Amino acid sequence: MDSVMQSGKRMGNQTLVFSNPGAVISSGTIAGPMEGKGPLGEHFDTVLKEDTWGEDSWEKAERKMFEQAVRRAMEKAELNSGDVDCLLGGDLLNQIISANFAARELKMPFLGLYGACSTMAESLLIGGMLLDGGYADCVACTAVSHFSTAERQYRNPLEMGGQTTPTAQRTVTGAGCSIAAGPNYSGSRIYRNIFITAGTIGKVVDLGITDANNMGAAMAPAAADTLAAHLSDTGRGVMDYDLVVTGDLGSFGSEMFIDLCRDNGIDIQDRHMDCGNMIFAPEQKVDCGGSGCGCSASVLNAYLLDKIEKGELRRIFFMATGALLSPTSSMQSESIPGIAHGVVLERK
Amino acid sequence: MANKQQKTPEQRRYQQRVNEKMPRSKTLSQCIRAFISGGIICSIGQLVHDIGEKWLMLDEKGVAAFTAIIMVFLGASLTGLGVYDKIGSWSGAGSIVPITGFANSIVSPAMEFKREGFVTGTAAKMFVIAGPVLVYGIGSSVIVGLIYALLRA
Repeated sequence: MDSVMQSGKRMGNQTLVFSNPGAVISSGTIAGPMEGKGPLGEHFDTVLKEDTWGEDSWEKAERKMFEQAVRRAMEKAELNSGDVDCLLGGDLLNQIISANFAARELKMPFLGLYGACSTMAESLLIGGMLLDGGYADCVACTAVSHFSTAERQYRNPLEMGGQTTPTAQRTVTGAGCSIAAGPNYSGSRIYRNIFITAGTIGKVVDLGITDANNMGAAMAPAAADTLAAHLSDTGRGVMDYDLVVTGDLGSFGSEMFIDLCRDNGIDIQDRHMDCGNMIFAPEQKVDCGGSGCGCSASVLNAYLLDKIEKGELRRIFFMATGALLSPTSSMQSESIPGIAHGVVLERK
Repeated sequence: MANKQQKTPEQRRYQQRVNEKMPRSKTLSQCIRAFISGGIICSIGQLVHDIGEKWLMLDEKGVAAFTAIIMVFLGASLTGLGVYDKIGSWSGAGSIVPITGFANSIVSPAMEFKREGFVTGTAAKMFVIAGPVLVYGIGSSVIVGLIYALLRA
């Protein structure tokens, strides 16, 4: 089957196969104080002591996190800013200001992306295409989110006293950057074994969930759809992967995802992990887990890449999930469209 | 618009499944918490009321104003100190319904939007949550007042 995959750049309807796969060479992560106290706390490069990080607004803190995640990843691999041919990334704020303003400081060719919480996978997918096509030798793929900025944009002021619903998730304060390089790259690197070999572009799926406090359930159908498309496009089974990682379905969204996969004849239960369930411990009282594009970005770059590098994981399907709502669409009682993009990360 | 369209059978099936499996709010325990915390806040209000009546010798209208001022002051201060949201996450409606909750709903956006400036931020956003309460509260009192005036005439 793998020999079939080498022949073309495209398989089936939605899947891209990289014949000159890019390699992830470095990563950088920044996490908020609460994420630092979570189960993955020790894996982050930087854990903030307070969530404004010395800035006078949370928005400024968020853009600093984006910038510093990229700089950290560059430092670790001893890269200069001229070495990165293209910066790809986004965040959750209106007009992706965190990414745009950080890119102003980073002074690299920049493509801003908005895929809600699917941004990390989207940036790796496009980064993989740029490297495979030879349009870049080195790309930085980044995503950031911040609890306090997301709360004020999507929900209520922080000091407002009230209760969350049991299906709510907590937006992760975190940023993650993967630097990936093409076959021509000969500079230094901290990872040697991780390749972006394929990707599946997700479709927008909407099964009519309107509750903005139940985003896991809104996104689960998109994740199930993308996984089914990926497996049918490539002719692979779940057993070909050590892990299928979803971005931020949370505990209830994961339950629905596993359920929907079972409907599609895919048994995923023992190979599925969700970044939203990994980043916080149950006693941190976050209802259904973490969310936000910083969730999958920080878990991938702080934790999962290391596991692949060390050989503990051989091949994973990293599928970040996004809820494509806006405060306006929620107010107008529109349902929540979901999307999930996937990339295959594997050792070679 | 998507919400105006007929639901497909797939959507209907999925929504039904989500509704069945969704983790539920613990209504009973939350009601008990709201009862206790709301009761405590109202008892404090009663204490303030009695102080105004018995010690400060205020008349009926004076006592009502005095109590409201003190309770709003307490609610606003605890919001400013970052305590009220913690009380709120335990108490739910118990701390939202009393007048302290009203103070919280005005002070919290006022604080949060200070960075957008005192005019375009604090002042403009201050009533973003409490605004509807004021609009419909004042609006319905006008209607009730008119009916009352007509009935008396």
